[in-house]
Amino acid sequence: MDFELMINSFPKLLNATLITLKLLSASLIFGLFIGLFFAILRVNKNPIVNKFAYGYSYVFRGTPLLVQIFIIYFGLGQIEYLRSTVLWVILKEPYWCAIIAFSLNTGAYTSEILRSAFQTIKPGIIEAGQSLGISNKIIFYKIQIPIAIRQSLPAYGNEIILMMKGTSLASTVTLMDLTGVAKYIISTTFKPIEVFIVAGGIYLFMTFIIHNVIKFLERKYSY
Amino acid sequence: MELLSFGKTGWGDELLIATMMTIAVSITAMIIGFLFALIFTPLKLSKSKFLNLIGNSYTTVIRGVPELLVIYLFFFGGSGAVMYVASIFGYNEYIEINAFITGSFAIGIISGAYSTEVFRGAIQSIDKGQFEASKVLGLKKPVHFFKVIMPQMLRLAIPNLSNVWQITLKDTSLISVTGLVEIMRQSYIAAGSTRDPLFFYSFAAVLYLLLTYLSMKLINKLEIRYSRGY
Repeated sequence: MDFELMINSFPKLLNATLITLKLLSASLIFGLFIGLFFAILRVNKNPIVNKFAYGYSYVFRGTPLLVQIFIIYFGLGQIEYLRSTVLWVILKEPYWCAIIAFSLNTGAYTSEILRSAFQTIKPGIIEAGQSLGISNKIIFYKIQIPIAIRQSLPAYGNEIILMMKGTSLASTVTLMDLTGVAKYIISTTFKPIEVFIVAGGIYLFMTFIIHNVIKFLERKYSY
Repeated sequence: MELLSFGKTGWGDELLIATMMTIAVSITAMIIGFLFALIFTPLKLSKSKFLNLIGNSYTTVIRGVPELLVIYLFFFGGSGAVMYVASIFGYNEYIEINAFITGSFAIGIISGAYSTEVFRGAIQSIDKGQFEASKVLGLKKPVHFFKVIMPQMLRLAIPNLSNVWQITLKDTSLISVTGLVEIMRQSYIAAGSTRDPLFFYSFAAVLYLLLTYLSMKLINKLEIRYSRGY
């Protein structure tokens, strides 16, 4: 055990954690909107809209995140037309490519979580709203969505943790996030176990925090 | 489409072999995972606090740390660890472990943590009366486990195990960083030499979709088989 290396690499890894957290929070925020949007499409009665949303979540859940990042980072740059548009400013940056891939990925999982939450809402609640003369739109935004969010909290907590682990893939497109820096230190010092303990410890600590925050929210919003 | 032709001019045969490799790694990893689950599920269910702690640390650590980090640990640390063990027995030459074994082991340990959770959940949701009944009937331990508990556990575990299989299948794409030529690595090579990453990575995505789709069909059949009588 090389404790000196562990102590020396800790600040570097902690610094890299910032990038991991940035990637995670940006992807979660975008992903939540994407997820909500597609979940609403999924409960839509129009079969074409419905199929489209199902196809989106099927493709993104059925392929590895690594493929998705590579398609966006390496693949999209190949289209000549894209290179001449404003979008290229975003797509040439690995940082934004990673965020786009993560958001689309977590959006697919989030849409499934929210959809199942929508479908488990008791019809009596909606009927009660209707009989009180509340308009369908308000029932949806003020009754169904809040209940769905509460019901999907445990599953969404898991998704946050999965996404946090997913951000490690950013290191494959040259970003120096926690895993990227850990790999760099391992490959220069050849001390995999020490670095794994420190980097893994930081990840576990984040998992622990997320887990407890979600538990707290669950208790707060339980009914 | 020319790019996918078989033989020297296209990448069709290479990608087919790579797909086989992905399937082989996934199945090996899944089996290694089951072996880990076989060890750690009893630990998690045991009455001893100490054994519980061991079981829980395994599942918590592996499920809380990114897969890529675990793979790097095995990739850079694997041969070192084996050489250390070998040196105890007096063998001091350099040993290089094959990428297939390192990869399957790394993914297997990850998959094992998920399988452990699934088996634990399944055993805990079997009716308590079943355990008591087989005890009262005086069934021997192996009979009790293999003929009473296991069939019921499998029925409850299969839907969740199919999730574990999907996770394992998708995780194998990460082994490409160690140089094992599976779908992802082969696409990377093909994309590099043809300068057509969009096509090859999209094709890789299609291959993965096909694999997940086909395996879901197969698992559904298994599910029906194991729920006979319910």
